[in-house]
Amino acid sequence: MIDERLVLDANAVAGDLEELFGIDLTAVIHRCAHCGNLGPMATLLAYVHGPGTVLRCSVCTDVVVRYVRTPWGTRLDVRGAAELRIELLG
Amino acid sequence: MTDRFVSRGFVGRRRDADANRAGRIPPGQYLTDGFPVLSAGPTPQIPLDQWEFTIEGLVRAPVRWSWEQFLALPARDWTVDISCVTKWTKLDTRWHGVSVDDLLAAVELDPRAQFVTASSYGGYTTNLPLTDVLNNQAFVAYQYDGAPLEPAHGGPARLVVPQLYFWKSAKWVRGLRLIEHDVPGFWESLGYHNRGDPWREERYSGD
Amino acid sequence: MPSQPLGWRIATVAEIRDETSDVKSFSLLVPQWQTHRPGQHVDVRLTAAYGYQAQRSYSIASAPGPDGRVDLTVERIAEGEVSPYFHDVLVTGDEVEVRGPIGGYFVWEPSFGGPLLLIAGGSGVVPLMAILRERAGVDAPVSATLVYSSRTWDDVIYRDELEQLAANEDGLRVLHTLTRAQPPGWTGFARRIDRPMLEQALGGIGPQPLSYICGPTLLVEAAANGLVELGVDPGRIRTERFGPTS
Repeated sequence: MIDERLVLDANAVAGDLEELFGIDLTAVIHRCAHCGNLGPMATLLAYVHGPGTVLRCSVCTDVVVRYVRTPWGTRLDVRGAAELRIELLG
Repeated sequence: MTDRFVSRGFVGRRRDADANRAGRIPPGQYLTDGFPVLSAGPTPQIPLDQWEFTIEGLVRAPVRWSWEQFLALPARDWTVDISCVTKWTKLDTRWHGVSVDDLLAAVELDPRAQFVTASSYGGYTTNLPLTDVLNNQAFVAYQYDGAPLEPAHGGPARLVVPQLYFWKSAKWVRGLRLIEHDVPGFWESLGYHNRGDPWREERYSGD
Repeated sequence: MPSQPLGWRIATVAEIRDETSDVKSFSLLVPQWQTHRPGQHVDVRLTAAYGYQAQRSYSIASAPGPDGRVDLTVERIAEGEVSPYFHDVLVTGDEVEVRGPIGGYFVWEPSFGGPLLLIAGGSGVVPLMAILRERAGVDAPVSATLVYSSRTWDDVIYRDELEQLAANEDGLRVLHTLTRAQPPGWTGFARRIDRPMLEQALGGIGPQPLSYICGPTLLVEAAANGLVELGVDPGRIRTERFGPTS
């Protein structure tokens, strides 16, 4: 499928996410709410060329995070992430 | 107002439209020759012998067509302009498919039916006022540019609603549900406009 | 390490170098640049006078250094928006908006140890080169193998530098595979990365390396799956998918 070659991973949106959250999210471990897969957010499949950005579980392809950047700010739906594990630094 | 940095010599993908065509490009849109593939998820792979199209909800009885049955429905060619909210507009796109009027003619609509939710294989949804899909305004296409619609562009069949932003033209469409109260779909529930008229630049809710 | 909030800064192009016929490296001077970690990237943003913006991520090719210089290696994708601008328009002295460094997952530092298995497809070699350049500055570095897939010998980015690094005899092995055409007398691999090739790569460095795979999506998936099938702990495999190469 030609368009599957366009699929990136969340490394490609790491800058956007860090701008929103103030920390790098790619190394953060998440649990997929659909299939339970535990892994770094970097491995999420990123669909970036549409009206918004969709990050999908690399195991079950269900939506983990989706967001839209509007002129007034960003709206995120993170229901697909059942859990985020953020390590303390330093 | 702060001065925004401008990259010397960067023009992007915009193509200049001649005077004849400039009036066909909605505000804030740029003309493109290509047909960008935009997607929210992996391309569904639906074998044609399992593909179905359903009309359900506020109808007397739901109707379902198999692929063969769908192809036997009255269909015609359509040449329309399309605009994506990501700002590209493509003129004179050629499709072949079934008018939504002809699909709805197979069901008896409940008078309470005011809105439509279009659903796709893969989970995508979008919502539309019923009035936007009647009267030859919308169709379900299975050919583009004279050839079977490619999966990357929504094949085997997609909804096409050319007078609204193209996120309303659900790829891999599997059915329409008639409802009384509007239910925001995949992008509408996250900040995009409920209706999406490009001529009024209805991109985001609140526009 | 304290870090600044991520924000756009205006960098200046200090130098442009040809790598291959489709690939160039751009040295950028970024104001208030602190440092970066090998494997990280920057976002680049272009703005047209009429307001249109295009943004892409590019891996940093250079190892961390003292001078606020960030090297990007960019492949020209014909149907792209940003890479043709880099190749066709940018000259030294031009300014480019950048944001970074970005990324905390696809990084390697000497303190992580090894051995290292680096797998690259096309321009996916760029972040791995930052890793190798950092590794070259370390005394007694961990052993490393780079498996590098390119279309032809002329498409191999950093070809001479990789040869020099391997010639240092400090435990670096470079295994090229050329998938489309090979020069006369070629004795290296001549096919897409597959399990036997990965097996050979592991054979030289041991069964549980730290693996970094970067390149087109299909190559990344095939290589990662291949390593897992060969018994490599998935937790020791890190991947970064690039857009398609031309």
